[in-house]
Amino acid sequence: MKSRLALRTVALGYLGLLLLLPVGMVFYRAFEHGLAKFFDALTTPDAKHAIGLTLLVVGIAVPVNTVFGIITALALERRSFRGRAVVERIVDMPFVISPIVVGLALVLVYGEQGWAGNALISEGIRVIFSVPGIVLATMFVSLPFVVREVAPVLREIGTEQEEAAQNLGASACQTFRRVTLPAIRPAVAYGVVLTTARALGEFGAVAVVSGHLQGQTETMTLYVQDRFEGFDVSGAYAISVLLAVFAMSALLGMTYLDRRRSRRT
Amino acid sequence: MAIEGRNITKRFGDFTALDDVSIDVPAGSLTALLGPSGGGKSTLLRIIAGLEAPDAGEVSIEGRDMAGVTPQERGVGFVFQHYAAFKHMTVRENVAFGLRIRKRAKAEVNRRVDELLALVQLKPFAQRYPSELSGGQRQRMALARALAVEPSVLLLDEPFGALDANVREELRAWLRRLHQEMPVTTLFVTHDQEEAMELADQIVVISNGRVEQAGAPGDLYDRPANDFVMNFIGPVTRIDGRLVRPHDLQLFVEPTASADEAVVERIVRLGFEVRVEVALADGQPVSAQLPRTEAEQLELREGDIVYVRATIGESASQPRPTTRFARPSSSHRSPAPTP
Repeated sequence: MKSRLALRTVALGYLGLLLLLPVGMVFYRAFEHGLAKFFDALTTPDAKHAIGLTLLVVGIAVPVNTVFGIITALALERRSFRGRAVVERIVDMPFVISPIVVGLALVLVYGEQGWAGNALISEGIRVIFSVPGIVLATMFVSLPFVVREVAPVLREIGTEQEEAAQNLGASACQTFRRVTLPAIRPAVAYGVVLTTARALGEFGAVAVVSGHLQGQTETMTLYVQDRFEGFDVSGAYAISVLLAVFAMSALLGMTYLDRRRSRRT
Repeated sequence: MAIEGRNITKRFGDFTALDDVSIDVPAGSLTALLGPSGGGKSTLLRIIAGLEAPDAGEVSIEGRDMAGVTPQERGVGFVFQHYAAFKHMTVRENVAFGLRIRKRAKAEVNRRVDELLALVQLKPFAQRYPSELSGGQRQRMALARALAVEPSVLLLDEPFGALDANVREELRAWLRRLHQEMPVTTLFVTHDQEEAMELADQIVVISNGRVEQAGAPGDLYDRPANDFVMNFIGPVTRIDGRLVRPHDLQLFVEPTASADEAVVERIVRLGFEVRVEVALADGQPVSAQLPRTEAEQLELREGDIVYVRATIGESASQPRPTTRFARPSSSHRSPAPTP
């Protein structure tokens, strides 16, 4: 009895000190001067632009990485090909490479001095210090989540159901839509939540490629840093709270959808 | 022939799963692919269904060459060993799957699914999910699903392998009846010789990727092509360096021409039959099996000396010599106790 109480105290204390207290403080500071001030801080032109840009980046990176993630997971688990092990490792790269290195790498390739960047700039397409670079950096760092959630589930469900569907006349497309996708749906949903959270919160890689142009290439995380360093803490706290709210709604939304589906099975 | 396989070879890396296998499955038959696990039976089934491509050889179904024909177009019903139920669909949706893919009219799908559910006795379970069914029910659902698209041949991979013994017994009888009502050419894989003997009208014995023998169950039992088939189809015992069936052994209580002396080691009552385990003079164990009444006449006890002889070259249908169980009336022992 005593030991259980001790265990609980330690666990809760740890979570409280490390997670709840700091995050709670951000929420407290964001609202300490009232709701009106909070909304004022969110509706400055730069803040609105940062929110819009982050939503745009997430809106591109998450769907692209979801589709790519499912295709990659299928390739890894359903096809045997040369270099399969290499692909496995490459997919994990964003997990192990520091985001700031990712940013630098993108500058090397797409920057003014980079071989691809040079060609693109002469075509009038600017990647670095522009929105495409931010999208690329975000996609890079949030790439593995869907693959890593979906691949083990594909392995676990095996190929029998898919073979049965084929045997009953279903084309590859029909088999995927009617048999494989329903089976991996919870894993995809969870992968999407993780990808979204990562894309929303990405800072390091984006910081390198964006150039911090206020009202042009500043995402929400960059805006938070910028305001914080410029002593506009209420602006920093307000956007921080909004970031947390976005991430949590993604989680809650997916949990809700998932539960509604799994109730049927 | 409903299914013809010619010189099929299949390798997985260094492992040869099938080595020049040819097989004929007559139309309307219930044929068993019998053999030990890992012998290539399931691989052959998967090749026929188009789920695996052979390295060499060809398959034709109802006279049509299957080279380059996809699994979708083969018109083959396949029931997987672990049923491969679509877990997120109800029993009804599972059975309807093939018809829906074929874009049949809703009314027709409903009518056909109702018929099949009645046939496999799953009507009350139509709205359940596979996870809410027993193993036997899942098996019947998988069968209904395969039959829904009216396949020209039905392939069953270890259909009763994952079931309890009593459920297995019941499903076997049911499958036999179903096949009589609806004689779809059926090829099933099993490693259980009893199952093959009971269900099939033709058995193909496969081991180590080769066909050992094919024929009617009675033929295989009475005229096995080699020791492997003899061993696999029914019990065997070794005497005079030959394999014989335990019920093809004669026991005598008096010395008899060409019969070997042996000591009774154990008497096992199996119900209708009695197994007498004896040891020859050199210690080699031999097991003989005889009907209970005959065993009782012999009044054998453990430790008795008997004389054992194989009925060489005699077919099972021939009447056995009446002298076989002769015993002097001067016996002073009481009859052997009945179980």
